Amino acid sequence: MSVSSGDLDRQLLLDVAKVALSKAIELGADQAEISLSSSTGASVGVRMGELETIEHNRDKNVSLSVYFGHKVGSASTCDLSISAVQEAVAAACTIASSTGYDEALGLADAELMANDISDMGLDFQWDRSVDEMLEAALSCEAAAISFDSRIKNSEGANYSSHRGLEVYANSHGFCGDYYSTTNGYSASVIAVDGDEMHRDYWYSSERNPANLDSLESVGEMAAKRALQKLGSRRISTGEYPVIFDASVAGSLIGHFLSAIRGGLLYKKASFLTDKLGEQLFSEHVNIIEKPRLFGAANSACFDDEGVRTPEQRDIIKNGVLCGYILGSYTARKLDMKSTANSGGVRNVRVSHGSKSREQLLGEMGAGFLVTDLIGSGISMLTGDYSRGASGFWVENGEIQFPVEEVTVAGKLADMFNGIQEIAADSLGRGNIHCGSILLDKLTIAGD
Amino acid sequence: MIDKFQIANDTLLVPYDLTESGISKVINDIAGNDAADYADLYFQYVRSESWQLDQSCVKSGSFSIDKGVGLRAVVGDKTAFAYCDDMSMGALLDASSKVKSIVRQGQNKVVKLQRCDSSGSSFYQPVDPIQSLESSQKIGLLNLADQLARAKDSRVKEVTASISGSYETVLIVRPDGGLVPDVRPMVRMNVSVIVEQNGRRETGSSGGGGRTNYLMFTSDKVADYVNEAVRHACINLEAEDAPAGTMEVVLGPGWPGVLLHEAVGHGLEGDFNRKGTSTFSGRIGEQVASGLCTVVDNGTMDGRRGSLNVDDEGNPTQKNILIENGVLKGYMQDSLNARLMNVPVTGNARRESFAYLPMPRMTNTYMLAGDSDPEEIVASMKDGIYAVNFGGGQVDITSGKFVFSANEAYRVENGKILHPVRGATLIGNGPEVMQKISMVGNDLALDAGVGICGKDGQSVPVGVGQPTLKVEALTVGGVQV
Repeated sequence: MSVSSGDLDRQLLLDVAKVALSKAIELGADQAEISLSSSTGASVGVRMGELETIEHNRDKNVSLSVYFGHKVGSASTCDLSISAVQEAVAAACTIASSTGYDEALGLADAELMANDISDMGLDFQWDRSVDEMLEAALSCEAAAISFDSRIKNSEGANYSSHRGLEVYANSHGFCGDYYSTTNGYSASVIAVDGDEMHRDYWYSSERNPANLDSLESVGEMAAKRALQKLGSRRISTGEYPVIFDASVAGSLIGHFLSAIRGGLLYKKASFLTDKLGEQLFSEHVNIIEKPRLFGAANSACFDDEGVRTPEQRDIIKNGVLCGYILGSYTARKLDMKSTANSGGVRNVRVSHGSKSREQLLGEMGAGFLVTDLIGSGISMLTGDYSRGASGFWVENGEIQFPVEEVTVAGKLADMFNGIQEIAADSLGRGNIHCGSILLDKLTIAGD
Repeated sequence: MIDKFQIANDTLLVPYDLTESGISKVINDIAGNDAADYADLYFQYVRSESWQLDQSCVKSGSFSIDKGVGLRAVVGDKTAFAYCDDMSMGALLDASSKVKSIVRQGQNKVVKLQRCDSSGSSFYQPVDPIQSLESSQKIGLLNLADQLARAKDSRVKEVTASISGSYETVLIVRPDGGLVPDVRPMVRMNVSVIVEQNGRRETGSSGGGGRTNYLMFTSDKVADYVNEAVRHACINLEAEDAPAGTMEVVLGPGWPGVLLHEAVGHGLEGDFNRKGTSTFSGRIGEQVASGLCTVVDNGTMDGRRGSLNVDDEGNPTQKNILIENGVLKGYMQDSLNARLMNVPVTGNARRESFAYLPMPRMTNTYMLAGDSDPEEIVASMKDGIYAVNFGGGQVDITSGKFVFSANEAYRVENGKILHPVRGATLIGNGPEVMQKISMVGNDLALDAGVGICGKDGQSVPVGVGQPTLKVEALTVGGVQV
């Protein structure tokens, strides 16, 4: 049995889109839009050298919005039968008869639609049998468990392979679709020493399976990360320089990107409201978005409203904020233009210097290297930041001992401005690529 | 009395030309002949809607229908799982052929379908919330929240309000052929405001809900939510930087019970303990909390957000004592982990939907009341913070480290409340913090009904609660050194 996926009912999705849009217009809508998705795949989980779960996934979804003179109604269903979709259209139309008028509502402007849809290099058919996936997951976990005798327990390893089709169409006549695949594996193991137990994990996930890290390296990294935590202790409360390791540095950039989303800005609900053109980071920091980077994790020719994405866009240039993250609704609310970010940013790249992480540790001298963060103590309105952290205490540029059960806290605006240096050690995975970040100081709460 | 079998039959089987004999064939396919240690089918239909107000206008409304069936077979500790949103007989047989890959050859034994009368318990009525008000009335509630908030305080600059409801019908086909239906309503309302004073902007929010219909949102209820959101935001206007370091912490009643959810709840879920990956593994009978602490998980509370008549394996929910006078009594279980640990099920098997495997999860988790007067508890503080409102939390069940983030808290010195402090994350080790609980109030309260718990990528609604309680030492992650 293999995980082959065929065309994921592409013609059905395109037909449903057509039927739904014409039904909406028939029911009196001025405009309508529809997103459809279809995906399939499997994942195999193993634990302690044995099969634990086999999951077969097959998902379909359709969501649509109809506009009646700047009033909107939306509906969604996982039933792609013509009758169910027509019912969804009717339900959306009924809702639109009750909702309020807002001039900013409506499709993105017709002239913004992508007219140059090309292959973005995201689709890699990878027919693996469940047995092959099982074999691979077992060797990933085995690499972790055999790495060190203190790896005494495991939450298992998982191997998954999925392929999806996304379709977006609207009553401007736009219709675009693309396939993408996600392949990857992860391992999560537990290092034990006396009464002390620490768990950590590692993963590799790629559109193109040829780019995956080796099964063994993923298992070994999970083991190393768990082992490194043995002997963790707390440090004294105080203000210290901090390095966000490349594995967590992207979260900091993610908070910045959240704060310049149009949805917060038009309500003045972000601490970065009205900061366009201002110096938010040091001059050496540049942040760009590359929505059309061939083969990258989140590439697309059009955003969730059909708007043509640019090759590249500056968000931070020489430390200065030069663009927000806007869809058509939030752009209109702010009297600006859509930045083709309905659905989010795509492929963010953060500039870096030439230093390795070791050199960055040397630069810091003494301070806290953060490798894990938990909790959600972040306010986008005030920029207050306070999260649980673990990592390592560093002296003279060398790791001294693992640290746990402390918090790191500060104001996001000060943290962005306080970025001293970014290392050239980005992991090159996910939507945000960013190397380890050295911050001048944060408050650590501990003993 | 509304017949849940009738609703399940009309919603989940009849429209798709499914019959009991067809279902019988599928369950026999994966569970007949003792082929599996456990197997089930989970039919689900959910209709949901939400309405949102922003800038004094109800500008969005959405309606959604999700349905499907999940099939599972378990042999030993191995599980095969497939699901489909197409509920035809052909799709069911296709899914069962995938699941069958792990089952064994067994004796000749046929599973017979039989309706199980689970309806002995009825902690909520099988009502459809979406039908309980007209669209105009739902919008009216949101407009009322907006008007009340703006009238309440001129510093209110933004009001966001939402109301949502869902109507869910499930039919569980158990491995012995037992058919268990449940009809599960849920509603929720949230109000959030931004206030501004001298250029400073702060936010406050409130809300509630439960397994009932929209009629719970009376004008008075909406006014309560609004008053609470505005009060909360205005308090934050006066807040100073929170302290950093380890100090006394007093937690208020109700929602601060998220402490228990993170510090002990997740660590007591059966899967982690069967695998020995929880900091509480193998510790039944041990003192894991101060003697003042009795913690229960109770899925049987009337109309509560975390309540269920039956869990997602069709077992009745229970009131389970997790910790009694500080001693660990038991874990929360689903069928797989209960069988492998050789203990009874506890009615804690839950899944986000048909498209996910069930696992042991919390329902409504809370600490029973103690003897102390809440005012005395605050008055007993020398130097610390008194936290009454929280955002979310998170836990690493293996190391026991957990965090939860306060968004309304006060600095207290020598028993006197000095001033509010800005949001800060609190961090501790579950078993250690539970041992340091030195006073428990007589004011047990449950949260208002807005909790969502995430585990392994699956979200389920839950409740939390506790009386006022004092922790002798907990690390407060402020910025003020």
